[in-house]
Amino acid sequence: MNPQTVEPRMKARIALSVNDQPHELLVPVHKTLLEVLREDLGLTGTKHGCELGECGTCTVLVDGEPVLSCLALPVELEGRRITTVEGLAEGGRLHPLQQAFAELGAAQCGYCTPGVLLTAQALLAAEALPPRDRIREALAGNLCRCTGYTKILDAVELAALRLSRGARAGAGR
Amino acid sequence: MMRLPPFTYVAARTLAEAAAALAEHGADAMLVAGGTDLYPNMKRRQFEPKVLVGLRGIRELAGVRGSAREGLTLGAGTTLAAVAAHREIVTHYPALATAAGLVSSPQLRNMGTLGGNVCVDTRCNYYNQSFEWRRAIGFCMKKDGDVCLVAPGSPRCWAVSSSDTAPALVSLGAAVRLVGGGGERTVPLAALYHDDGIEYLAKRRDEIVTDILLPPVDGWRSAYLKLRRRGSFDFPVLGVAVAARLEGAVVRDARIVLGAVASRPRLAEKAAAALVGRRLTPELIAAVAELAAGPSKPLDNTDFTHPYRKKVTRVFVARALRALGGLGDAGRAVEAIA
Ligand SMILES: Cc1cc2nc3c(=O)[nH]c(=O)nc-3n(C[C@H](O)[C@H](O)[C@H](O)COP(=O)(O)OP(=O)(O)OC[C@H]3O[C@@H](n4cnc5c(N)ncnc54)[C@H](O)[C@@H]3O)c2cc1C
Ligand code: FES
Ligand code: FES
Repeated sequence: MNPQTVEPRMKARIALSVNDQPHELLVPVHKTLLEVLREDLGLTGTKHGCELGECGTCTVLVDGEPVLSCLALPVELEGRRITTVEGLAEGGRLHPLQQAFAELGAAQCGYCTPGVLLTAQALLAAEALPPRDRIREALAGNLCRCTGYTKILDAVELAALRLSRGARAGAGR
Repeated sequence: MMRLPPFTYVAARTLAEAAAALAEHGADAMLVAGGTDLYPNMKRRQFEPKVLVGLRGIRELAGVRGSAREGLTLGAGTTLAAVAAHREIVTHYPALATAAGLVSSPQLRNMGTLGGNVCVDTRCNYYNQSFEWRRAIGFCMKKDGDVCLVAPGSPRCWAVSSSDTAPALVSLGAAVRLVGGGGERTVPLAALYHDDGIEYLAKRRDEIVTDILLPPVDGWRSAYLKLRRRGSFDFPVLGVAVAARLEGAVVRDARIVLGAVASRPRLAEKAAAALVGRRLTPELIAAVAELAAGPSKPLDNTDFTHPYRKKVTRVFVARALRALGGLGDAGRAVEAIA
């Protein structure tokens, strides 16, 4: 059997899972995940900055890991779980990270925010209360031109604290 | 939007399928692993392959096998994040773990592979630019033109080898396994490179890097230091990898490899030879650092001025050697941000 081949003018039929919703798409194979999310699925929460891997604003999670959607091809992501910023809030309630960012003014223009939120979410899923250096390291691939980063770090710490308290309260119940 | 040009995508499931696709499409085809070097270059029209052969679906390319005692086999498809976090590599081959962990940003390390990193394209200020920029200034010989814009009289291209892991791997004595239409071969990684900005890989187009082989650790210690403007994202402007085997304070074997100073990782052989059989004293370290910086002739085609890069070469070689010798005052062992 020949390997699956998609010709340039041909559209590929791709099954993508985005924010736990299955999608059947017919897209040209050279469209990036960033383009497909924004243009075909209408999920414009994922931002486009450099489109060359140099800024991190297009970050989404693939199976829980932060990756750059501007350098990812949907055809290579079938069967993987994709999470965008639209998938963070649950039942109309902000994710604790979003809540903390809003309260502490960790977003100014907000352009870097979706990418930062997802990267931070992946970190907190792996490590409940990361020290500030770890947060800095984890967010080293997300540029912000407005905040000077301090409030971003503060907000991630606050969210981490609330999440781990919540988890402990939940476990105690 | 900065879009990719159209191409045919072949999702290979086995090495044989990938090799067959490369053979069938010849110069029109390129391999893609993580895509973190290839896709930006395609968006800037530095590469215009008609066919991409995707390696992600090939199971046998991912993962690390073996042990430090017998040597490790690293599949070319192993991500840089996995290499940087691998316990055995962190403990016994620290130059490699450090180099992999300093590539670009966390997101790129989740996507980029070791195989892609050793094959990463050479770089130059006149080449890593958008199509419009390159057209405006007049194309260079690496793509679409016929002169070198750094050294206009030069018959060759001076684009710079910019892999972080390659100098570290060469210092560790790594080998590389290649599989192609003509069969399989294993060569020292140092032999994978030519000192030419365009033809920088000494392999046939239809050869696929399948594994990187690390020799048994056997008492070797190693360190890698990287110079770049920012503490994240940036390619190396200088990489210094040093590996050595010591008996007490006496050096038995040593390799010093410089990255980002030529179109290939450069072995500083005289400097390494000057270490062998001698005690690692501050005086010896200073002399060896001077020798190592000697042959490095960085051109003015990356970030920072070339006299500065040369000066830092000396400083980094000395720091790496002090770190290996367990001498204090090794400075920031991992990275200096100027
Ligand atoms: C913003 C940015 C910053 C970066 N910073 C750094 C840095 O600091 N240090 C650094 O070293 N790199 C850096 N890179 C380059 C790149 O991300 C890494 O080198 C990465 O490891 C490439 O791996 P990949 O799997 O994504 O390769 P790909 O992009 O898939 O491929 C790269 C090249 O290798 C070939 N190739 C891939 N796999 C194989 C194989 N198995 N056999 C034969 N050929 C193969 C491809 O055909 C292509 O020519 C950076 C890139 C970007 C966009
Ligand atoms: S838009 Fe993807 S990294 Fe900048
Ligand atoms: S808030 Fe404006 S870029 Fe970060």
